Amino acid sequence: MHVRPKKKRSIIPYLLVSPYLLFFLVFVAFPVLFSFFLTFHKWNIISPMEYSGMDNYTRMFNDRLFWKSLRNTLWFLVIHIPLQIIFALGLAVFLNSKIKFKGLFRSVFFLPVIVSGVVVTIMWQQLYGFNGGVINQLLNSIGLGRVGWLTNPAMSMPSIAIMATWKNVGLYIILFLVGLQAVPEHYYEAAEIDGASSWQKLWYITIPAINPTIFMVIILSTIGGFSLFIEPYVMTGGGPLNSSLSSVLYIYKQAFEFYHMGYAATLGFAFAFIILIIIVIQKKYIEKKY
Amino acid sequence: MKKALIYICLIVMAITFLYPFFWMIMASLTPEKLIGSLTFIPDSFTFDNYLAMFGKIPIGRALLNSMFVSSVITLGVILIGAMVGYALAKTRFMGRNFIFYLIIFTMTLPFQITLIPNYITIVKLGWVDQYTALIIPFLVNNFAILMFRQSFMSVPQALIDAARIDGCSELRIIFQVLFPSIIPTIVTVGILTFMTTWNEVLWPLIVVRDEMVMTMPQLVTLFSVGGRADAQLGVKLASAVLLALPIMIAYSFFQKYFIQSMASSGIK
Repeated sequence: MHVRPKKKRSIIPYLLVSPYLLFFLVFVAFPVLFSFFLTFHKWNIISPMEYSGMDNYTRMFNDRLFWKSLRNTLWFLVIHIPLQIIFALGLAVFLNSKIKFKGLFRSVFFLPVIVSGVVVTIMWQQLYGFNGGVINQLLNSIGLGRVGWLTNPAMSMPSIAIMATWKNVGLYIILFLVGLQAVPEHYYEAAEIDGASSWQKLWYITIPAINPTIFMVIILSTIGGFSLFIEPYVMTGGGPLNSSLSSVLYIYKQAFEFYHMGYAATLGFAFAFIILIIIVIQKKYIEKKY
Repeated sequence: MKKALIYICLIVMAITFLYPFFWMIMASLTPEKLIGSLTFIPDSFTFDNYLAMFGKIPIGRALLNSMFVSSVITLGVILIGAMVGYALAKTRFMGRNFIFYLIIFTMTLPFQITLIPNYITIVKLGWVDQYTALIIPFLVNNFAILMFRQSFMSVPQALIDAARIDGCSELRIIFQVLFPSIIPTIVTVGILTFMTTWNEVLWPLIVVRDEMVMTMPQLVTLFSVGGRADAQLGVKLASAVLLALPIMIAYSFFQKYFIQSMASSGIK
């Protein structure tokens, strides 16, 4: 028999979880309800709150900048996610082969992951410089001419997407490595006996086997894209011509530059709703595919 | 042949990853006029950029603020995470599963919803420009609770029963009896919390306007976007180097733990 001290109804477990409950009430439950309440009001924090009905919602649907920031974020994701998967998976496959200095390479690729986004952004702002930037100097010296990485509205979001890939790829390399190490060696041996090429092995064995990791990378990158703030804030201020205005940067501007609290809360709800919908679609599509 | 190709790819990529850091450090040590033409090693070195930075912004103070805020949060997250995680793993009470699902739900809630109202809460509490605004909202961390719950579940019940018979309080059981057997979890939670708090910018930007309370990434951000650097690139880069340095030093000592911790956070 299992011996346990006499069970009595104890308040100790409740005391132990009480910090969590307090936190939940103050920083989760109340904000969600209050935020919903705010979406029906006009408020600049200082003067009294005004009921405004559905105004914030109709305003949002007619707000060019709301759609712009949403399009920018989706554009970011369209570039960032494939780049992220190709580079992370490619480097993880290389690091998973029988080579030397694996640990060293892994540490180098991981370095940007631990460093603040502010540092990375300040660094890349210089690399992307039109005249003095190292990237343009390199392109120019091989005769490709200069690119307006941060000054051309068509390039600002792709530039941020490339930088974000560079910053995060180390983390996804590690996740892919964990996934790759779980693929049974005899799958590859069997394929080799049948004369499969490296590409065939990658396409028919590796990718299906690590599908859950790919899905996770897509979800994490999507959340990351919708959280994009410091990169455009420091690098471009959302410009040129709002071409790099991200969703969080737009919420930030509405709330803390114009003090439109009700409208900013409405934007917050809208973006959160969009994130959840996109994740549900991704989940459905990717699970169906394999 | 194939192996050589792999090495070439990896080396080229490694250079791509190291060069920006190298360039930034070199540029921060280069006289302002020469930064524009710098690609590798400058012709002459100077500490002027660093001296100018110390004169313009209270970066030393910001460093101390960041140290203080990140340390307190890390400690709090470990203590509270362990308490709640233990209660969820090893005690029985009504509503236990409900709280567990509440935590899962909170983790999936996009922060865009709570950002504005949390700012208003801070304003109403009178915490703007206070350390409490930077610390309190981060003391409870859902991910840490789940990590601790997970590792307490694998601790043998006999250990706890024995301690209870000896008359140990639950707090002593958690922090004295069980802590030694879950050190990897403590290290993981500690590194992740410290790193994310150290690098957090959005929240400090919102709740702190007083330079004396600002954290380091916030101060560097405002310095580089607000024109305070007077378009002096070298000074801006010097502040970025100083911001990156502490975490890079920590990384050079605890690389393995950093990588393992981040990997486990992704895998959950």
